[in-house]
Amino acid sequence: MLPALTAYALFVLWPIVKTIKYAFYSWDGILPAKWVGLANFKTVFTDHQLLGTLGHSLELIIFFSIIPVTLGLAVATVMNRVASRRISSTARAVLFLPQVVPLVAAGIAWSWVLSSSGVVNEVLKAIGLGGVTRPWLGDFGTALPAVGLIGAWVLLGLCTVLLLAGMSKIDRALYEAAQLDGAGPVREFLSITLPGLRNEIAVCVTVTVIAALSAFDIVYISTRGGPGYATTVPGLEIYQLAFFNRQVGLASALAVVLMVIVILAILPIQLLTRKDGDS
Amino acid sequence: MLLVLAAVVACAGATFGASAGAAKLKAPPTEAQACGTKPVTMQAYFETGFPDPINLTKEFTRQYPNVKWHIRQDQFAVITQNAPLTLSGPNAPDLMRLPQMSGLVHDHLLKNLDGYFKQYGWNKFPASQLLQLRAGASGRPRGVGSLYAVGLNYSLTGVFYNKTLAAKVGMTGTPQTLAQLDALLAKAKAAGVTPIVQFNGGATGGLLFPLQQLMAVYGPTTPINNWIFQKPGGNIDTPANLAAMNHLQQWIKAGYFNTDANATDYPTMMSKFENGDGLLIFDGDWESGNLDTKLPGQVGFFLMPPLKAGGKHAAMSAPLTYGIAAKAKHADCAAFFSNWVSTNAKARQINVSVGGSNPGGPPSLKIPFKPGTLVAQTLAAGGVVAKENGAMDFIANATGAIYAQAWTPEVQKLFAGQEEPPNVLKNVQSAYEQELKTGA
Repeated sequence: MLPALTAYALFVLWPIVKTIKYAFYSWDGILPAKWVGLANFKTVFTDHQLLGTLGHSLELIIFFSIIPVTLGLAVATVMNRVASRRISSTARAVLFLPQVVPLVAAGIAWSWVLSSSGVVNEVLKAIGLGGVTRPWLGDFGTALPAVGLIGAWVLLGLCTVLLLAGMSKIDRALYEAAQLDGAGPVREFLSITLPGLRNEIAVCVTVTVIAALSAFDIVYISTRGGPGYATTVPGLEIYQLAFFNRQVGLASALAVVLMVIVILAILPIQLLTRKDGDS
Repeated sequence: MLLVLAAVVACAGATFGASAGAAKLKAPPTEAQACGTKPVTMQAYFETGFPDPINLTKEFTRQYPNVKWHIRQDQFAVITQNAPLTLSGPNAPDLMRLPQMSGLVHDHLLKNLDGYFKQYGWNKFPASQLLQLRAGASGRPRGVGSLYAVGLNYSLTGVFYNKTLAAKVGMTGTPQTLAQLDALLAKAKAAGVTPIVQFNGGATGGLLFPLQQLMAVYGPTTPINNWIFQKPGGNIDTPANLAAMNHLQQWIKAGYFNTDANATDYPTMMSKFENGDGLLIFDGDWESGNLDTKLPGQVGFFLMPPLKAGGKHAAMSAPLTYGIAAKAKHADCAAFFSNWVSTNAKARQINVSVGGSNPGGPPSLKIPFKPGTLVAQTLAAGGVVAKENGAMDFIANATGAIYAQAWTPEVQKLFAGQEEPPNVLKNVQSAYEQELKTGA
């Protein structure tokens, strides 16, 4: 227990404390730091570019969280009801594969797929939709959704596998009883599957929302925050501020704000789950 | 051609020699004095993807076997983010590829090279070569004060063209005025050839290449350099620069660039150009050696033409900047190496054949190149720019973060039609002033 606590304190708690401390200073990372009070936080909440990055994160929740969880539910339900054991195992492995692929590799592969001469545009041209082709990651209108699509691809497998595991724990007798009462598939899903998966859904939402709010690697690899500021997210901005602008204090303040936002987003989900578990 | 180049740089050298005339000229240190006679391992931090410095260290070891090299390599962006910590760390590199150096000088992380300047007689180098490597004690302004870095070679930018496509679109000679360049672009477009392939995607603002060239067409280079060197009152938002920005916007609106420029990174641009996917690229002579190898005789080069026939030419021209850490253990040996790179015949030959750029050094030394090559063309162009005093540093080098945080997003927005030229200049100037305030 003690070694684990020591490691946790050293590598998690101590950096958090230091980050909070730096947030109140103006520091270039080398020369002595200067106390600036809340000035860095004021900048975070008044600089439209920094606020914009937070907006992008919220938009990414749609792609990183809502789509994978919703699609994951649909896919898991179909696999649970329809597919044979062999097909189900194969589909599970295929869907989970993106979790195994390093995000950097996924980012590079997707930037090829979404490039102007990539597979997506070639397919669109082949089916007569050449007019809508574009460099998806280089277009202001589509860059953020395209980054979101990569995130959805990565997280769909995780959600599906988690939800499938949850479904296997639901008592089959409940479905038989419902069928005897004349319930159809939709009623079964709404009355048995969904309530039975509440904990798994909470885990999925928690993990994916955190992934959306703290996104860095996929964005860094695929767009570096461009074009313009179209895909800049707080994680990337913190990196830029700390290592390129050498404004460690401002970067720390943004990191603290991001941490608070993550906690605020996750806390209600955790409370709801716990309440449900208690009842 | 060589004579012209030599005469030009000699003139520049003479000017500088006058200002540094007080320097005492003793015999420069020998290798044994600088590096010692015992085995020594130099710590180096170089940029990935550029074989020139590595080949130079190999040749140095061949000539001076007691000196070995431990070379760490990273991409330029990684070097930029690591520079302060690496230079301040316990194993500070003896020789390191530098990003924008103002902040590093400000934090006392780089060795002041004025002593070596005197020891090795670098006052014989053309002053313009070392100008960008000078800075005030606080890191700004640049262009004056002490020497804090050396150039491994000295690059030049301009326009490369594909000769096959040039013939196809009816290009009979290189454009002599901006209007002729405009006409060439229009001809290429009409012939179904992409007039310009340029990178501008991700973290790269490649439109700055044509933009800065246009700035120097519409106005003098001095205010641009003053802005880059952070001299008091520097302003990028000038009528001349606005005219340049408007011209660039006209090119964008006319469809002269590859439509996916905002999704094209540098290697992709090179790959497209090498595949014949575009007539022109705005780029630097660091590609001359590469293009001579891959497309021998198939690529030409011209300097950005002036506004009116007979006008002066200008180009971005910057040293491949290397510095010695203030805490370096073998600073003397690193300085000896730097001097050797510029003055040793074999090193200069490697520098030109692999790096493709001017090896610098005293103008009395020969620049070894094969006549008729692209390297020869770009070196000759360097002579023209030096003669016409048209060298500029890169506007991307003005501050540590101006490229990533202002220029790149702004020119990407310009390309996408999301920002108008006046706002681009205003926003960049605002970011610049903010950075000067925070000392980035």
